[in-house]
Amino acid sequence: MTVHQRDWQAFITPGNNGAVHMDLAVDGITCAACMGEIERGLKRLPGIRSARVNLTSQRLAVDWVEDQTGAEEIVGELARLGYAAHPFDPASQKERQDKTGKQLLRCLAVAGFAGMNIMLLSVSVWSGNATDITPETRDFFHWLSALIALPTVAYAGRPFTKSAFGALAAGRLNMDVPIVIGVFLTVALSFVQTLQHQQHAYFESAVMLLFFLLVGRYLDHNMRGRTRSFAENIAALKAEVAARMNSDGSIREVPLSKINTGDLVLVSGGERVPVDGVVETGQSEIDQSLVTGESILVPVRRGQRVYAGTLNGAGALQVRVEAASGTTLLDEVNRLLETASQAKSAYVRIADRAARLYAPLVHGAAALTFLGWLLAGLAWQPALVISISVLIITCPCALGLAVPAVQVVASGQLFRRGILLNSGDAIERLAEIDTILFDKTGTLTRPEPELFETVDPVDETIALAGRLALASRHPLSAALVRATGAIMPLPDIEEIAGSGLETNHEGKKLRLGSPQFCQASRELIDEALERVPGASLLAISYGDEPVRLLTFRQSLRPDAASVIDRLGQEGYTLEIISGDTLPAVEDCAKTLGISAWSAGMKPARKIARLEELQAEGRKVLMVGDGLNDAPALAGAHVSLSPVSAVHLSQAAADAVFLGDRLMPVADALHLSRRARAAIEQNLWISALYNVIAVPIAVAGFVTPLMAAVAMSASSLAVTANALKLKWGETSRSSGTGSAQTPKPSDGR
Amino acid sequence: MDVLIFLIPIALFLGALGLIAFLWSLKNGQYDDLEGAKWRILDDDDLPEDKR
Repeated sequence: MTVHQRDWQAFITPGNNGAVHMDLAVDGITCAACMGEIERGLKRLPGIRSARVNLTSQRLAVDWVEDQTGAEEIVGELARLGYAAHPFDPASQKERQDKTGKQLLRCLAVAGFAGMNIMLLSVSVWSGNATDITPETRDFFHWLSALIALPTVAYAGRPFTKSAFGALAAGRLNMDVPIVIGVFLTVALSFVQTLQHQQHAYFESAVMLLFFLLVGRYLDHNMRGRTRSFAENIAALKAEVAARMNSDGSIREVPLSKINTGDLVLVSGGERVPVDGVVETGQSEIDQSLVTGESILVPVRRGQRVYAGTLNGAGALQVRVEAASGTTLLDEVNRLLETASQAKSAYVRIADRAARLYAPLVHGAAALTFLGWLLAGLAWQPALVISISVLIITCPCALGLAVPAVQVVASGQLFRRGILLNSGDAIERLAEIDTILFDKTGTLTRPEPELFETVDPVDETIALAGRLALASRHPLSAALVRATGAIMPLPDIEEIAGSGLETNHEGKKLRLGSPQFCQASRELIDEALERVPGASLLAISYGDEPVRLLTFRQSLRPDAASVIDRLGQEGYTLEIISGDTLPAVEDCAKTLGISAWSAGMKPARKIARLEELQAEGRKVLMVGDGLNDAPALAGAHVSLSPVSAVHLSQAAADAVFLGDRLMPVADALHLSRRARAAIEQNLWISALYNVIAVPIAVAGFVTPLMAAVAMSASSLAVTANALKLKWGETSRSSGTGSAQTPKPSDGR
Repeated sequence: MDVLIFLIPIALFLGALGLIAFLWSLKNGQYDDLEGAKWRILDDDDLPEDKR
């Protein structure tokens, strides 16, 4: 800890009028209650302007006046509340997650080893009790069990004791409190029974309980770790680097974090712009669809601003990196994102809701049992034994597995269908959805533009244009190349940046480029736009032939119509909110048969529309990919984002789907509903188990054998019920269901 | 039944040996890359030159 203490000041960033800001990764935030606790606790300190916890990233942002409070005091306050804080650094957060996983695995191994050995001894005692075991042998076995169980509980119980004591010290209750009370009482009682040479000891119950709970913990941790690492891989694959031009003229590809304000960055043709900045030299066209949702190419030249995430056209640009001055689009989006993601954190997981109900109920029942037996005339010690056996048998073993088991199976199923979950409780929230908001460009449609008309294979001019287009990395050229299948480039091509390509072919001038460049008439352009609303145009002029216009636009995902149709039939309310122009959105909405749509939506208006719907009590799923969707993605009840989306949107979304198809959206909803049903069934199984077991325990009939069998049986029942999700799904896809639901392409 | 006094500690010892082996392998980082190991066996880089 002392090493960190010294470093706190280094992580403070100065803000305006004397305020400073610090980001902290906070360990041990497990539920929404912790969040309120931290925020309220910190606000009691003098000089704190704001303290906000992000539950998804387990991150805390604090703003305060430096004169009145120090960073150490804030960290101290967090420690007093029962949380360990680390100054935020993505790399360190990842490392700590791995540590948690390893610790869980070590505890699991120890509990497993101890559980097996104690079981071996206990089975001998049980069978001996039924036949002719000598009291000496039984005592010997009990002492051996105690010898194994005591260090095991002390070691393998640490994940639970730490969390429970942290909560108790701060005056709260969480799921781990009843677990710890149950385990410790069980071991203590067994120890006393052993000392008194009694027939029964409950060591195996305590250790097996720890083992099952650790399995649940570990599975849960692993599931989140797997998607996180996969998401990191995607980010790495997308090559978050920029080509920096050094003062000596050399060009180096460096990671984005190494790019500073004022650096000069080279953006080659066809590349995504890595940074926000101003064009220094060069001219080109920029596809801003990821940022604004507009599918039309925007010409840029010296002095104009370009945004990170946009796709550069043909020309190479040198971009001077700009500081985020508070007015850039990215800043506005980030600001909206911050506030929007807070709204979502209010969701309380089903498991936490169940635990809140459960803990007082069980402890109340145990206390009543004790009092009841005392009143019935029993001595205090046997009464205590019975009430503790109530706690043992009701320990939330099945409850601890009920939700993680389903989540692990469901996330595996989703993974196979090309959906990666960012947050564990996304499944629960997806199941509650009744309204779906779609972005258009890149979500309902493919992210890249495509030729709208079908190409006549014998059309000589188009084929020539395709070959000419091979010389350019412009997105429209690339689309033309794909459409014509050209492979032979033409010689002697001249590229006029921002306009088009030109060459001489068999003595005639061949031009491919903007309509102005090929001198297309106004009427021709209007006619083409009339035919294909919101299209991007590419013109061809070849010798004396009349100028021809090709129309491009982002075509719909191949299964968009059928998926939208299916979602509509399933009773979801569908709506398109797009940043694109009116004709393009109208056309798309008509094709898909979605009656509610709006065009030209800015990020703030998307949020406003979202809030409007949520104020009506609707649970909204937002599906979007652009920077302009990010705040809405963060603010929606739950959100999905295609893998082609900008990094920020992917981070804001609850899940990311892979591949060219829209089917994963429907699959995610379908599977989540099934998973939600399985979670509820599991909670009912746990409840049912308790309803049967508690009266027996209260009556004082519980033997260690019964406790062990009942506990294992309930855990197995819960796990089997979760696995049913998997079996049910395979038989469905091999049966009739596959006929109407086309299998998603192997998105992996 | 006196033999139990020897047998049970031996059994526990052997079990503990297994546990220690597991904890050692965990600490050694053998579970850090579960996916990679299965592909590594297909990698021919460790073959001697003449056998390739």
